[in-house]
Amino acid sequence: MGTLILQDGTVLKGESFGAIGGYEGEIVFNTSMTGYQEILTDPSYAKQIIVMTYPEIGNYGINDFDFESNNPALVGFVVKNACKNESHYKSRENISGYLKSKNIVALEGIDTRSLVKKIREAGTMSAFITSNDLDDDFISKKINEIQDFKIKGDIILDVSCKSKYIFNPKGKVNLAFIDYGAKKGILASLAKRNCRITVFPASVSANEILENNYDALFLSNGPGDPADFIFQISQIKQLVGKISIFGICLGYQLLAIASGAETYKLKYGHRGANHPVINLENNKVLITSQNHGYAVDIKSITKSMRPTYKNLNDGTLEGFEISGLGVYAVQFHPEANPGPEDASVIFDEWVNIMKKKLNKINEVEDER
Amino acid sequence: MKDKSLKKVLVIGSGPIVIGQAAEFDYAGVQACRALKEEKIEIVLVNSNPATIMTDEEIASKVYIEPLTLDSLSEIIKKERPQGLIATLGGQTALNLACELDEAGVLDKYKVKLLGTQIDSIKKAEDRELFKNLMQEIDEPVPESSIVSNWQEALDFSHKIGFPIIIRPAFTLGGAGGGIARNEKEYEEIVHQGLTQSPINQVLVEKSIAGFKEIEYEVIRDANDTCIIICNMENIDPIGIHTGDSFVVAPSQTLTNNEFQMLRTSAIKIIRALKIEGGCNVQFALDTISNQYYVIEVNPRVSRSSALASKASGYPIAKIATKIAIGYNLHEIKNSITGKTTAAFEPALDYVVVKIPKWPFDKFSSGDRILGTKMKATGEIMAIGRTFHAAFKKAVASLEDRYTGLLHREFESMNNDELLKELYIQDDRRIFRLAQAIYNGNEINKLCLITKIDKWFVAKIKEIVDVEKELASKPISKELYLKAKQFGFLDDEIMNLTQTTIEKIQSFNLEAAFRLVDTCAAEFSASTPYFYSTWGEEDEVEEYKQKSQSEYKKAKENIIVLGSGPIRIGQGIEFDYCSVHAADELLKAGYESVMINSNPETLSTDFDIATRLYFEPMKSEYVMNIVKKENPKGVLVQFGGQTAINLAEKLQSEGVKILGTSLDSINAVEDRKVFEKLLRELNIPQPKGCAVMSTAQALNAVKEIGYPVLVRPSYVIGGRGMQVVYNDEELLTYITEAFKFSNEHPVLIDQYVEGQEVELDAISDGRDILIPGICEHIERAGVHSGDSMSIYPSQNISRKNEKIMTKYATKIARKLNIKGLMNIQFIIKDDKVYVIEVNPRASRTVPIMSKVTGIPMVNIAIRAILGKSIRRAGFGVGLYKKPKLVSVKMPIFSWQKLNRIDPALAPEMKSTGEVLGIDTTYKKALYKAFLAGGYKFSKSKQRVLVSLNDHCKKPALPVIKRLFKQGFFIMATWGTHKFLEKNGIPSKMIEKFMIDKLQKRMKNGRLSFIINTPTTGKNSQHSGFQIRTIAQMYGVPSFTSIDTASAFLRAYKVFDKNTVLTYDTITNYRKKNFIELFK
Repeated sequence: MGTLILQDGTVLKGESFGAIGGYEGEIVFNTSMTGYQEILTDPSYAKQIIVMTYPEIGNYGINDFDFESNNPALVGFVVKNACKNESHYKSRENISGYLKSKNIVALEGIDTRSLVKKIREAGTMSAFITSNDLDDDFISKKINEIQDFKIKGDIILDVSCKSKYIFNPKGKVNLAFIDYGAKKGILASLAKRNCRITVFPASVSANEILENNYDALFLSNGPGDPADFIFQISQIKQLVGKISIFGICLGYQLLAIASGAETYKLKYGHRGANHPVINLENNKVLITSQNHGYAVDIKSITKSMRPTYKNLNDGTLEGFEISGLGVYAVQFHPEANPGPEDASVIFDEWVNIMKKKLNKINEVEDER
Repeated sequence: MKDKSLKKVLVIGSGPIVIGQAAEFDYAGVQACRALKEEKIEIVLVNSNPATIMTDEEIASKVYIEPLTLDSLSEIIKKERPQGLIATLGGQTALNLACELDEAGVLDKYKVKLLGTQIDSIKKAEDRELFKNLMQEIDEPVPESSIVSNWQEALDFSHKIGFPIIIRPAFTLGGAGGGIARNEKEYEEIVHQGLTQSPINQVLVEKSIAGFKEIEYEVIRDANDTCIIICNMENIDPIGIHTGDSFVVAPSQTLTNNEFQMLRTSAIKIIRALKIEGGCNVQFALDTISNQYYVIEVNPRVSRSSALASKASGYPIAKIATKIAIGYNLHEIKNSITGKTTAAFEPALDYVVVKIPKWPFDKFSSGDRILGTKMKATGEIMAIGRTFHAAFKKAVASLEDRYTGLLHREFESMNNDELLKELYIQDDRRIFRLAQAIYNGNEINKLCLITKIDKWFVAKIKEIVDVEKELASKPISKELYLKAKQFGFLDDEIMNLTQTTIEKIQSFNLEAAFRLVDTCAAEFSASTPYFYSTWGEEDEVEEYKQKSQSEYKKAKENIIVLGSGPIRIGQGIEFDYCSVHAADELLKAGYESVMINSNPETLSTDFDIATRLYFEPMKSEYVMNIVKKENPKGVLVQFGGQTAINLAEKLQSEGVKILGTSLDSINAVEDRKVFEKLLRELNIPQPKGCAVMSTAQALNAVKEIGYPVLVRPSYVIGGRGMQVVYNDEELLTYITEAFKFSNEHPVLIDQYVEGQEVELDAISDGRDILIPGICEHIERAGVHSGDSMSIYPSQNISRKNEKIMTKYATKIARKLNIKGLMNIQFIIKDDKVYVIEVNPRASRTVPIMSKVTGIPMVNIAIRAILGKSIRRAGFGVGLYKKPKLVSVKMPIFSWQKLNRIDPALAPEMKSTGEVLGIDTTYKKALYKAFLAGGYKFSKSKQRVLVSLNDHCKKPALPVIKRLFKQGFFIMATWGTHKFLEKNGIPSKMIEKFMIDKLQKRMKNGRLSFIINTPTTGKNSQHSGFQIRTIAQMYGVPSFTSIDTASAFLRAYKVFDKNTVLTYDTITNYRKKNFIELFK
């Protein structure tokens, strides 16, 4: 019997089906009905404990193809029912084995719906998850301890690549990419559209990027509070206007701050595969995959930042652009993984913008 | 935004309930009408099905209960001049009619705009060739196939592809006329059948991909091109079994996110290419060992699956589809569940839903139970659980079968080799064989290979079976009990397996918790009054009540309405009509109404109907859990058919108050002995009869009563197992069968009085009764009342006998202290009135009688139950005055869907639905009833085959004479031919065994209809049975009662006279009466 302790004093017991141990983390929930493997390996969940609202998890096992990163960055996983007899021709191990091998604590048999309602009402909380059946003394001690828990301000360095590398070297569009904890799906989506991607760690300086004359820069998703990443924001400030910049999720938030806007923490975030956003230009609705705990304050955006997408559920800003400066960014995940592929058109649009620019450069070069 | 030019819109319903087109379209139609009403649009509704809620005058401004034909709709359009037409909510029937209206130029002529999905899109989705072309255009894979319109083309395809081949006829309901052929012989048979049944004589022959996973997506698209998936569903049975006949789970369980999204993207691509505006269902086949998928089918309209998806997700598809049809875009429609967000979102489920079809094989024991591409289920149940285990187990309990669990005694006793052999059979019992095979210890992988069911499901079933084993081997403990409850085990099962007492179980102090269906997995605070039970979790009912308290602050108490479970033969949509009205009237009377039901197709399980909805099995334990939570003033059992009545005893024994007619009175009527005594006391004549518990008793009884006798089990739905027997041999066969089915209840034996059958419904407050009207059956006694045509007001019953029946009904109601509804059936023979049956509950005819008389029967019944005198209802007491209108109810059968079932009318009910013909004269109403029933009339008179049993020959003579006079050419079997010859009627003799020749005639349309009264001897019955079966295959009407044939000839006369029909609303038909009364 394992234990889950929340900041507000709630204690829940469940069967452990992951690793032995205990971790502090921020507890959040995800409403996707498929895609647990992608969620487990999404680096944006660093130091978080994820509650899945869908009750049957692990049904198709773990395969070799659906990883978003090599190592899960979350610390805990909470479900109603973990599958013991998974079934899929691609599956190579079951979820329990995988979690154990990756040292992730996981509990099942939890009343996840009630837990989610608690998180919804109280907001994202800190929590402690352990495979042990804790006694009351230990529990009250832990409740005190977790009150001060905060995801550290340099969390992206933990999940970013450690050194520069090139993804899809044969691609034509020469793209710089800052990895704040990027999902593989983003790289794959760009590669599919013929991008040659030079992936930099989160610590990269503006100069290093500008030196190499890339066609465009891409800022990835990642974990943590965007306002914490002062160094990254300062580098982006230096880059805006000098190179076209595209951003997703954390990349979008950092671009917004660098452009003069502010972010704030959402009560319990957007995490799921069913978030409707509306394109403010043509009123088309996209169902998107989302995973973020912070939002760009729509009231704080500057005049030059043109809102492009809005969330239909709560009206939060989901995208903006500064076309004069070549800045384009969305809060949601056009790469999906997991979730609907509706928004993949955004990659097409963006890569087209990059290609157009590239063509122009080529034309200019040809003329010379 | 909304199309402001729309002031009046025509909505076409789906007609009678048949297999493949059931209550889901009443649900969809009512949602549509409500959505239009919200927009202040005037609604003109046409439907021939009087048992529906959509044909209520409260639902639409103008209700036409008229035949669904090109002629009637053209006339109605001409008269009403609607600006718009909605045809995508009335099933295939409405869709086909819209196409006909368009082709006939009616829509153009009267400038009627087809709302929502356009004809062009409908055709592209429905026409196999166009659809195939479109799929190729947009690069979506379809299985190799060919459209054929004759046998040679079909043969060519099979030579190219090889067997097995799937045959799908174009434009038919629920895949009627289709199937899978494994060899040329089967192929020829099915292709011919399909060609005949397709209205455009076209079938698709297709490479079989049996064994693939079958996955469905429910998609909605608006004119703005926003597309959303409401829900996807996975069939537990692989491709090869019609989705309507499959066990289905929502959402899909075995698909990775990649596969889920691959199919989602494809579904959206397809709905965009088709330019659907509204709801749409896309079916896929997905390989189990690769990413290969095929698009199987698209339904460009709401469907049974969309009703299921609506209930499974909480998203009201039909309502939103209607709003889209009148011009709204998804993001402009408010989400009524959260109150804040819009309709442009995709539901997230935090539970699992399982659907199981309900098949009629318990009634049709001779029926072919093999499942294939042709749907055979009459209805379905749905269950919701927090895990698959619980949902699946609850679903099985919801079937209301003999067994509540997965292990069935008949398979337990079978040896394992035999069982494994049978496991290859794809029929309705397959899952239960599988469960037994698991129990026997067979390897899961082996069972997956045999059944082609995904290992995930097989393993889940094993986990349930393992709990059953654990219960049988371990002493009960609190932990084990909780585990069993979380797996969905019933207390009765647990007590049986663990040999425990109820006291022991109660000592654990555990109870069910109810959770909310909210479309968003608790991400947002929602207040849908829609609950399901689970164990070991927090309960949300109290929280919901507090949240919504302001809304219902006036309501003092609540009352539970028990629904009627799945649609089955003998218990159909009419009880849903009653349940919905009951819930509605309770609200009006100041009570909260609490609905319990397990049927996803119906309106009663729309969360908008009652104050709170519990989607639960109709089993006493589940009802008691709700009672504990709700603490109701009482429970209403009289509106939910026999399903609800059957729960009364258990509920009362647990201290629940049964409102209305008391349990004692219900039992008095069901218990033969008590009932007999009661009628004797009241001095009411009845056929001689008695109840027997053994064959010896039966033989003794018959000695006293004398043959022929009517035999049947007690406590029945729709006369299941009822039969007329003529001698000892037949009696013994019957009795043995009956006790095999149930040995707890006695078998009833009654004298068979062959007279005029009459029926009435009444409302009683215990003192006074109100009889809206008396209906006269066209077929003489011996045909189940649900299967006979019936006329209101009665045409051939004397004033004296009407008075007698009113008197008898009043006596019975007072004696039994009936509070609420009651139905009595009579036989009149030699001017003497016998009472043959009393049902102390709502009956099949309540919706019809409410509509034709304008008396809201259920509403008055509720008021009577709550203590108001029916005198105050404003309709007086006793027999209500007769209107000028005449209505004829016609039963509708689903023969074409069920193989090997004798279509002969009998005391056992076989029809699945009904239509009503209404007009100012009997003849015209009769003609309309036949038209609505789909009978064809033709100026060029063809042959009619007549074959009569000895019993019928004499009474049939006048009818055959008329047949001849009306210009039909009579063919007769030997005995009949001789008989006709003797009586001066010319006929051509035909050998009964010349089936082939007859078949050819039917195939070529050279046989108009058949009159064939069944004989009782076994041998000759066989050829008659064969003729009738072939006739139904070719859609040739076969009348097995001389009375139906006579009525048909009468209708033919109306046709022959070139009678011009007019069409009017039910309100006007009734008004005509009053105008004339006051004149």
